[in-house]
Amino acid sequence: MIGILKVITVNINGAPRQLPDSTSVASLIDELGFTGKRIALERNGEIVPRSAFAAQQLADGDRLEVVVAVGGG
Amino acid sequence: MNDKLIIAGKSYSSRLLVGTGKYKDFAETRAAVEASGAEIITIAIRRSNIGQNPNEPSLLEILPPSKYTLLPNTAGCYTAEDAVRTLRLARELLDGHTLVKLEVLGDPQSLYPNVIETIAAAKTLVAEGFQVMVYTSDDPIVAKQLEDIGCVAIMPLASLIGSGMGILNPWNLQLIMERVQVPVIVDAGVGTASDAAIAMELGCGGVLMNTAIAAAHNPVLMAGAMKKAVEAGREAYLAGRMPKKLYSASPSSPTAGIIGSTR
Repeated sequence: MIGILKVITVNINGAPRQLPDSTSVASLIDELGFTGKRIALERNGEIVPRSAFAAQQLADGDRLEVVVAVGGG
Repeated sequence: MNDKLIIAGKSYSSRLLVGTGKYKDFAETRAAVEASGAEIITIAIRRSNIGQNPNEPSLLEILPPSKYTLLPNTAGCYTAEDAVRTLRLARELLDGHTLVKLEVLGDPQSLYPNVIETIAAAKTLVAEGFQVMVYTSDDPIVAKQLEDIGCVAIMPLASLIGSGMGILNPWNLQLIMERVQVPVIVDAGVGTASDAAIAMELGCGGVLMNTAIAAAHNPVLMAGAMKKAVEAGREAYLAGRMPKKLYSASPSSPTAGIIGSTR
């Protein structure tokens, strides 16, 4: 069965990552352990609001930035 | 005394704004921020660590948005585009929060602001509804342009970021304050308490600092010193200092009735 699963490659914070086709932003966030955490996500230069995480499907070649707040001046 | 710092229509009791970087751990960050009395604190936006423990405590748990006005910055950005993207992410991260600190740097050695990119970013951000507190050079013409664009505070450097060199050009700060109606907040260069007091005595609306506290031998003690210095400097400014009178000595005690006098 694995042979017929299509795999996509997305770039997350500068590093490539392979995911099953039709992965939603929400399931990726869950896989990364960020569910319920304060993060913000940009997909191909555009903000993806938290409310759209479940509906948005990732596509091959997507560039994602996942950010948090850190100490700074 | 009812003397509030008003930024974008919101009033603050403390005129000291502090950064949250360079502390040895979150406990020290929190203790220093508390000792400073600051209400507005800057934070940075960075890529999350993918694959590392997602359960480690986050800065926003230590310094919650319910208790502080968080000021996300664009530190490390060298183009208007990167700065704008960073602050759009910050707005999403902080549930629509629009008060931000814009800084677009010119080179990594000096961290001197690139005012051309800063102006371009400010225009975009103001058009998108951000309330922009802007880090800039101490050029009074640029400062006025940034105000005209709609920035809610002008934040000139006193000297280079993290240098601790103090206020190198008080005359330029005065030129800026003469031209700009929004608060002028010295951002960068303060090294010790007297620097902060001098900035406030000049009439600045506030002082923003990070390294001067975080890099002190005892950051929490220095945070308290900075709080007092900003308050003292502000009160001295409001009180109005006496004129300087070289060679015109005036005794503080009565000149009459001195024992042994002949009159």
